[in-house]
Amino acid sequence: MVDSLRPVLEVTGIHKAFPGVKALADAGLRLFPGEVHTLMGQNGAGKSTLIKVLTGVYQPDAGSIVLEGRAISPRSTQDAQNLGISTVYQEVNLCPNLSVAENIFIGRYPRRFGMVDWRAMRREAAALLERLQIRVDVSRPLADYPLAIQQMVAIARALNTQSRVLILDEPTSSLDEAEVQMLFSVLRRLREEGMAILFVTHFLDQTYAISDRITVMRNGEREGEYACAELSRLALVNKMIGAPADAEHAADTVAAGDAHAHGDVFLRARGIARKGVLSPVDLELRRGELLGLAGLLGSGRTETARLLFGADRADEGAIEIDGKQVAFANPRDAIAQGIGFCSEDRKHEGAILALSVRENLILALQARQGIFRAIPFKRQQQLATDYVKWLGIKTASIETPIGTLSGGNQQKVLLARWLATDPRLMILDEPTRGIDVRAKQEIMDYVSNLCRKGMSILFISSELPEVLRVSDRMVVMRDRKACGEYRRGDLDETSVLHVIAGEGA
Amino acid sequence: MNARATDAAVQPTPPGAPSQPQAAAARAAWFAHPLARPLGALVALLLVDAFLVPGFFHLEVKEGHLYGAIVDILNRAAPLMLAALGMTLVIATRGIDISVGAVVALSGTVSAMLIGGTMVVNNGTPEYVANTPMALALAASLGVALLCGLWNGVLVAGIKLQPIVATLILMVAGRGLAQLLTDGQIVTVYYKPFFFLGSGYVAGLPFSLFVVAAVFAVTLLLVKKTALGLFIQAVGINPVAARLAGLRTATLITFVYVFCSACAGLAGMLITSNIKSADANNAGLLLELDAILAVTLGGTSLAGGKFSLVGSMIGALIIQTLTYTIYSLGVPPEVNMVVKSIVVFVVCISQSSEFRNILRRSA
Repeated sequence: MVDSLRPVLEVTGIHKAFPGVKALADAGLRLFPGEVHTLMGQNGAGKSTLIKVLTGVYQPDAGSIVLEGRAISPRSTQDAQNLGISTVYQEVNLCPNLSVAENIFIGRYPRRFGMVDWRAMRREAAALLERLQIRVDVSRPLADYPLAIQQMVAIARALNTQSRVLILDEPTSSLDEAEVQMLFSVLRRLREEGMAILFVTHFLDQTYAISDRITVMRNGEREGEYACAELSRLALVNKMIGAPADAEHAADTVAAGDAHAHGDVFLRARGIARKGVLSPVDLELRRGELLGLAGLLGSGRTETARLLFGADRADEGAIEIDGKQVAFANPRDAIAQGIGFCSEDRKHEGAILALSVRENLILALQARQGIFRAIPFKRQQQLATDYVKWLGIKTASIETPIGTLSGGNQQKVLLARWLATDPRLMILDEPTRGIDVRAKQEIMDYVSNLCRKGMSILFISSELPEVLRVSDRMVVMRDRKACGEYRRGDLDETSVLHVIAGEGA
Repeated sequence: MNARATDAAVQPTPPGAPSQPQAAAARAAWFAHPLARPLGALVALLLVDAFLVPGFFHLEVKEGHLYGAIVDILNRAAPLMLAALGMTLVIATRGIDISVGAVVALSGTVSAMLIGGTMVVNNGTPEYVANTPMALALAASLGVALLCGLWNGVLVAGIKLQPIVATLILMVAGRGLAQLLTDGQIVTVYYKPFFFLGSGYVAGLPFSLFVVAAVFAVTLLLVKKTALGLFIQAVGINPVAARLAGLRTATLITFVYVFCSACAGLAGMLITSNIKSADANNAGLLLELDAILAVTLGGTSLAGGKFSLVGSMIGALIIQTLTYTIYSLGVPPEVNMVVKSIVVFVVCISQSSEFRNILRRSA
């Protein structure tokens, strides 16, 4: 049915090269009015680059962008927005200290007699949000509201202009299930209004829940365009990876290596808590054990991890390592005990973007050795080269700034940062968030192997199937406390979902 | 198949003739070197001097000392170079220290007051007597500078005040304290050995240059041979991630402020020794701004992270050469500031990538 219409946006033959990398080669895309179109592909497939070309961040080397029959070449995001292409980025880029209304109208405040017309601004902001069925006090600072609302504000801001095309770059990566549903209902309403929506995500479930059509990208090219209903999940994964891979099944065989025998208790936390953040939690982790921590966003998973790593200080409770009580005043103390921590917020709490892969990789090891025992340059290069090889990190060289790598490869470098310290316990908070299927698989395989060699792992993930698949034991958290502990095989996905949702299992 | 067609589209050059773009790339790499621009600016200034100032590059040895415009510039730039070294590390951690001038005044005052000095004529031969042994006086004055740095560091790293506000306190208080100590009077020093610091010569060269060279060498060693350089950059680029990677971020930040004040303290002693007196009202006045300018001219971003000590040295020399040029060309004093600001503006804009993009687009 959509094919009978003329596409609102047609992109063909886009080429874009960066020094040493060809990001896009003959990429293309068709968007029809009144559809949700998902753009899928592994990390480095060129999705982000294509979107940046569409929104004027990058200028393509070749190719054409036709919007409503008119060839355009946006020079900036502002330009693109004026032309009718609005974008909501993965990281909400709003100003948390300004009010909701100011955020929506930033840069184009309504004026009256040369002065900002605050009343009109609040009224219109409220009306815009109303269209998305959000009712909040628009005069309060944005920071007062949860991330999901902030995301909606970002969408409202994008919708403010007369946009025909709305691009959402991984809008759901930090939303919980209910919030995702809220977002989807907004998208459906916009679709009915005739908006063409381009949706970028890594979540297969969400793709199938909302999309009409799917464009798959691989190696900077358009692999193909498919009607959602006609493409099975397996086929989709296939097309993304470009090999007859049955990722989900392969994963099972990895984890099928049964519950191997575990050693003594390595870490025991008794009633660790932090006011307003986490109610007392008990945890026990054995050597070589992979403990999964499941729960919704905000259930206390990350908060627990941060207390165990000394990133935040616990108000009460005690932590024992090898039976001896320890107190972590800061991450250094935890690192000294052989603990490593990959944060869920790769960009702000992990990668040091302007530094090279090598520098990022040796940072934790160097910090532990102390400032005066500098790791010789040769040794640094050796370490970096080795880990790049072992983890299959795709980078032009070890001296490339980590910020230029794709998300999955950045994550691997950060994993290597900790592995280089030879930790006894790794805390992995959403290590696979926002990275593609294959990198996910590689990281999880690597992690499982480490466990077999005696490393303990605390694994936090929002993707329940993933937690169930790899964990020896799983603790489910809800409302900032642990509310259940299960051994492998005790539970299946649906019953865990009940526990997480608090419906009693 | 698709991909091959693409290759041709992206790279129209036949595989046989890649030499031209390669040569261009090599040239671009040379221009792209972070030190190319500051160095170019300095060379340009020196060329101007070579043409307009007679005998600019002339050097001669008088009484075993090397004299000439170049030596003069280096000698006068010494305090600024010291201040710029300290400032570089502070700026690399995303900080700023505007109390440098005040610390110069304070440390200079302390050394001048402790040394004081009188000339006693003993059997017809003059002898100099210091109030306090000079070594002790210098140590005390450096100690005061270190305390100043610690104060700044604790305010920034411990109490988490914004660096510009934290150091503003000492900027006011430091000079105020110096004026209080001297009752607002100039304290003159009558102790000859002390004058060696700022006007003595070793191997024909001003002693102050050796002080700068030593501090520069020590700093460079610290930054390159220990992990200090990496850690400072990490903290400057992403303090949260640096802490989670196990860095002592608070200690590091405190250290750079202490280091910056120590450099300022040394500069204060050089200045006091050079003018043979401590002037709490004017010594080191606005030196922090010149230091910040030197760091910026040297290509270190005020946003923190990557930094260049050599660049800051070049920046300091640019500023001093400019001052020298303006004076020796006989530019009227009232035009002086305007000329200086124009040159600084040109150098800064030549380093702006945004400006280069505009040029490229309009070209």
